[in-house]
Amino acid sequence: MLDARLYLAQRLTALIMAPLVLTHIVVIIYAVRGGLSASEILARTQGSILWLAFYGTFVVAVSVHAAIGLRVIAFEMLKIKGAALSILFWGILAALLYLGFSAVYAVTFAEAAT
Amino acid sequence: MSADGRILKISVWRSGADADAGSFQDFQVPANQHQTVLDVVSWIQQNQDPSLSYRFACRVGMCGSCAMMVNGKPRWTCRTHVKKVLEDGFMRIEPLRNLPVIKDLVTDMDPFFDKWIAAEGVFHPTKSRHDAFASIKPDNPARIEANKAVECINCAVCFAACDVVANNADYLGPAALNRTWSLVNDARDGGQAARLQAISQSGGCHNCHSQQGCTNFCPNELNPTASIAGLKRKTIATMFKRGQHA
Amino acid sequence: MIAPHRKHALWLAYALHRASGLALAVFLPVHFYVLSLALTTDGRLDDFLIWSDQPLVKFAEFGLIFLLAIHFFGGLRLMALEFLPWSPRQKTYAAFALAGSFFVSCTFLLSAA
Repeated sequence: MLDARLYLAQRLTALIMAPLVLTHIVVIIYAVRGGLSASEILARTQGSILWLAFYGTFVVAVSVHAAIGLRVIAFEMLKIKGAALSILFWGILAALLYLGFSAVYAVTFAEAAT
Repeated sequence: MSADGRILKISVWRSGADADAGSFQDFQVPANQHQTVLDVVSWIQQNQDPSLSYRFACRVGMCGSCAMMVNGKPRWTCRTHVKKVLEDGFMRIEPLRNLPVIKDLVTDMDPFFDKWIAAEGVFHPTKSRHDAFASIKPDNPARIEANKAVECINCAVCFAACDVVANNADYLGPAALNRTWSLVNDARDGGQAARLQAISQSGGCHNCHSQQGCTNFCPNELNPTASIAGLKRKTIATMFKRGQHA
Repeated sequence: MIAPHRKHALWLAYALHRASGLALAVFLPVHFYVLSLALTTDGRLDDFLIWSDQPLVKFAEFGLIFLLAIHFFGGLRLMALEFLPWSPRQKTYAAFALAGSFFVSCTFLLSAA
């Protein structure tokens, strides 16, 4: 179930993510060569304002986008509606934002990792 | 039309005591050249079982009353040749999907037409008989857009093809929204604000997933998906304009 | 078994978009959790990354990249459909989205190998 505002939020976050996803895929393909290691990932992200802004924006956009998408699926396929649908939507959004920012915080500010 | 000796195996949906419950009944129907699906249903009703209920009027693809599911796909039966849809000499004929069944192959079209009204698919005149005719040039861009959507015969084939309709009882559906799009492009209409409001609610145009079943099956080769995309653009643009004035 | 009225290319494109979106949404919390392990000092992120070096896990990651790419390209097609003038070449674009996703995910598999 999508009204105009949810639709707009879904399309806006999609537009924001288009360049972010493209960059993400390029970084993945670049970084995976020769295997991944925590130090290699952190060398890139630790203390970097640029990557903080990149992943921070990404987390907000993907959390909104995924929560709206799951809300549609819950309504159309599981027939969840009314207050239960709202609670599910806000719960998913809050959980994704919390987990997402935990991850961004970790890769940006982790000090002691080797 | 002469029988060529072949026999068609036809399975027809029959209602039970309760209209929504029922079962398939098998019939054997002589094959003819240039036979339509509606011809087959009529032959069964006239020769095998006069209690079979179905609906048709014009037989030439104008009235939009004879649509049924044929081998699982929505079709206008009066203009669908048997040879086009027959699978191994077999045809399964059911009432249109996504609508309540009254009896056998007859569906209750009320929900379909109620949604035309809910989608503001009605004309709001701005002039009286004393005013001059509105002059709209044929090459006017809005007129060209309206033209593409205007030939709908209300047969509900698109409504039966749409999975969003099946999954969302409030969704207005492709036919109603296609009608709305032709009126959005009608310069003579005075009800645009209420119309855009009506199609921005929880059952409105933004629910469309562009699966394009409507466009795929429309017997008049209209494109409700494109009409709905137009409505999405129009409603969002209006939201932004309202935001600027607020 | 796909119902007869769904047997056309653009319904399949829709189904792929929904399935990939759902799978990505389910994967997302796991992805975030693993990265947040970087904050711990006992090398649990490295343990995970070493574990993920197995061929089977790399193949699963190939699947994830494919899902991300098909949701990305398919989403671009849908937004072009909605916001640009209508194009009758929807099936062609859907086919390009599929081909592009295989190209991207195979490139990942080659550089991961």
